[in-house]
Amino acid sequence: MIARVLAWLLACLVAGAAFGIDTTQLPDPRLQARYEALTHELRCMQCQNQSIADSPVGLAADLRREVAEQLTAGRTDQEVRDYMAARYGDFILFRPRVSARTAWLWALPGVLLVGGVVVAWRIVRRRSALAASQPDTDDLGEDS
Amino acid sequence: MLPELGQFALILALLLAALQAFFGLAAPALGRDRWLAAVMPATAGQAVMVGTAFACLVASFVRFDFSVAYVAENSNSALPLAYRVAAVWGAHEGSLLLWITLLAVWTVAVAFGVARLPARFGARVLGVLGLVSFGFILFTLATSNPFLRLDPPVPDGRDLNPLLQDPALALHPPLLYTGYVGFAVAFAFAIAAMLEGRLDQTWAKWTRPWTLAAWAFLTCGIALGSWWAYYELGWGGYWFWDPVENASFMPWLIGTALIHSLAVTDKRGLFKSWTLLLAIIAFSLSLLGTFLVRSGVLVSVHSFAADPARGVFILAFLVIMIGGALSLYAWRAPLLRSNAGFEFASRESFLLFNNILLVIAAATVFGGTLAPLISDTLGLGTLSVGPQYFNPTFLLPMLPLIALVAIGMHANWKRGRLGERGRPVIVAGLMALAIAIALVFGYYAGRPGLALVSFALGAWLVLSSLFDPLDRLRRGLSMPRAIIGMTLAHVAVGVFVIAVTAVETYTVEQDIAMARGETAHVGGFDFRFDGVDAIDGPNYDGVHGVVQVTRDGTPVVTMHPEKRRYLVQQSVMTEAAIASQAGRDLFVALGEDLGAGRWSLRIQIRPLINYVWLAAALMALGGAIAASDRRYRHARAAAAVPANAGQGSTA
Amino acid sequence: MNRFLLPLAAFLLLAIVLGIGVRHSKTKGIIASPLVGRAAPDFVLPDLLDPAVKFASGSMKGRWYALNVWGTWCVECRAEHSVLVAAREAGPLPLVGLNWKDSDEDARAWLAQLGNPYVAVPVDAEGRVAIDYGVYGAPETFLVDPRGVIVHKHIGPLTTDIWQREFVLRATGTAEPGR
Repeated sequence: MIARVLAWLLACLVAGAAFGIDTTQLPDPRLQARYEALTHELRCMQCQNQSIADSPVGLAADLRREVAEQLTAGRTDQEVRDYMAARYGDFILFRPRVSARTAWLWALPGVLLVGGVVVAWRIVRRRSALAASQPDTDDLGEDS
Repeated sequence: MLPELGQFALILALLLAALQAFFGLAAPALGRDRWLAAVMPATAGQAVMVGTAFACLVASFVRFDFSVAYVAENSNSALPLAYRVAAVWGAHEGSLLLWITLLAVWTVAVAFGVARLPARFGARVLGVLGLVSFGFILFTLATSNPFLRLDPPVPDGRDLNPLLQDPALALHPPLLYTGYVGFAVAFAFAIAAMLEGRLDQTWAKWTRPWTLAAWAFLTCGIALGSWWAYYELGWGGYWFWDPVENASFMPWLIGTALIHSLAVTDKRGLFKSWTLLLAIIAFSLSLLGTFLVRSGVLVSVHSFAADPARGVFILAFLVIMIGGALSLYAWRAPLLRSNAGFEFASRESFLLFNNILLVIAAATVFGGTLAPLISDTLGLGTLSVGPQYFNPTFLLPMLPLIALVAIGMHANWKRGRLGERGRPVIVAGLMALAIAIALVFGYYAGRPGLALVSFALGAWLVLSSLFDPLDRLRRGLSMPRAIIGMTLAHVAVGVFVIAVTAVETYTVEQDIAMARGETAHVGGFDFRFDGVDAIDGPNYDGVHGVVQVTRDGTPVVTMHPEKRRYLVQQSVMTEAAIASQAGRDLFVALGEDLGAGRWSLRIQIRPLINYVWLAAALMALGGAIAASDRRYRHARAAAAVPANAGQGSTA
Repeated sequence: MNRFLLPLAAFLLLAIVLGIGVRHSKTKGIIASPLVGRAAPDFVLPDLLDPAVKFASGSMKGRWYALNVWGTWCVECRAEHSVLVAAREAGPLPLVGLNWKDSDEDARAWLAQLGNPYVAVPVDAEGRVAIDYGVYGAPETFLVDPRGVIVHKHIGPLTTDIWQREFVLRATGTAEPGR
């Protein structure tokens, strides 16, 4: 037992290379799918680079058991996430919660996209106005 | 003796890099043309000294010199020769020396290249590279010296991290760094152009082949790392959106934008300040990646041992180099004006949107990667950002981009008419849609939605890219390498999109506990577990499982997933067994001994995953072919003559 | 304003964030617990030394105590143990030793050999209580006040200095009315 835990911790330290195989099978396939998605969403606090689904450490196994039991007991995904975050903090959630504190992060891609398209659009409008007043004189090959 | 020689050579290299930077930058600035003659010797000397230092470290590894601390940490008397050489870059100190060595190699190549360019410009390029080199050598000597001796020496070393004892990973850092460092060349050209005030588009023409080459190397490096993660880490995944992966991916995205932006600047004299900025950002992100990996500010699988002192040093270097470059940019860029026009559906317009979308994708990855740090700094609490964030947000700019590429390739410069090419683009689009429908509803039978869209986009891109070259062939027109390279790279992107879609949508996976003789039925295949046998390697022992795979009773393959225990570090590694077939990989990894002859196994069937690597290799090949186009060599040969002013440039 | 200054400005902001990040990087592995300031989760577990006895965390209400999470498989716990034994002999702050995912024989042998600094040793063989406390590695130590609220959490082995500064001082400093 001692040797095994030591080996786990060492493997963690080496590079997080060790992985665990989770053979849990919930009776209901839909539950199983939710279980797999959720365990991939929760960060293993010990081997901090893996989800609890992939982590070989004992704590990850405990947390997986917790997820399985709660799902079987009829809790929703969000309730399980909240349960974990209440104990381990938001650090455990690989998918950041949508809240005032993370609004900037979730808004970022959309804001960038809209902003980028607006900027590009304005440039194109200005340039196409210029193009309209310029004759076709230059030698522009077809290759890039 | 050798380590001392290496250390001495590195100190000399530092001094020569200082001279290279000083003469390279000061001679043109002060107008002392006689000093220009000193740049080349300093450059050559620096390269020789760096090469000597590197050779000394390699020799220390090859000769098992465990009196050198770095060798003792990362090698062992049982380590095979090839990995002793690869162990040179197996940890922080040596990988920095590799970085410096590769920079020296690029610098020498550039020195030959710029010999045909105006002397002052060439001197400035080499000067900037000398400055980069100086910073990294100083960093190595000050915080990360690989030549330090152990007193007393140890009888044997602690061995190379077993994860790194793998051919792909041995090659991954050199390729990746060659790419990173290559962007230093584009950076140096941009800085030299700004210092020179030579802000017409000639610098873009000179920079293009270097950037393409760097991009090709970076592509290879990233793909190799991803391939390694796939077969070595045992998870069966190939991209985890880990901070360090992202650190290599951001320069790639910006580098991709830069390649296209350079094309516009070269061809039309447009986007000049934007191209300069991209050249600066691409290299900045390479430096930032170095910082993120080595400073310990982020939690990552691959990062080196954290040391805040190193972080402070790199940060200071970052502020000086990038801060300096961006200050220069703020001063020079306003002088860049172009009144060249282009219409709405012209190629310029498509490439503009391409650039914007690529930069948005890079910025999204950047935001997600640094979010834990930013959140912590602003007092918003700790958080983690994983694939569940990156996957959807990355697709947001990328899917429209693929569509734009499929159309934009056929657009004309300046004029917004697809003309006679419009029809084939539409036909290709309809064919792609048919292919996607056949794949989703026929072959893979199920899960439409995003898969349908991405299949269609990928197929559209492939078909659309092939149209122009086929047309050229039919009409007997010449096929410049730039066109071949571009076509290859674009086809590869299409293949990549299709392959990733298939992998992400149609992978079948089962984690299962199996006793000897039991059979698992996964994705139409039967996997029979026949127990485990002991194995014995040069520096490890362990077991391998025997898994007989059959399909409808016909034997397919026998697979041997291994579980190795490396003796020196006593670490356990999984070596997954992978059987590649034409359309899919069968993947079996051996988990833990559950007692009573039962083992946990991970069985996956991953469709088209080979095409992910194949596509990456094709992209890199395309970049390399395009980089070797004759036009760039002509461009350099002709550069001594004042470059054609280009329309509308008022530098 | 010169819009070409924007990249420089953005970069300088980034540099500041990175600088702060470097300063914080030493404590990066330590994740602040959301439980500090909240009521310590209640539990009832069998005692290691006498499984017939159930230890209830509620029985500690009304006084300061420290909950120390340990296991014989945990390397750093061994180094910490002598500190705990000394602390128990010197100080008034009682220690509850939550034995986490361990074998009972190993744990009993450990205490017999190295000394028992704990007033009670609840056995969390399945790790459920540890999850309630957000434990992610051993050793971890919680300081609980008389109202049953977690006042402080220390992650990693205790030293005499940390024990005095972060635990004893907090407990006795508040406990003494005049201060």
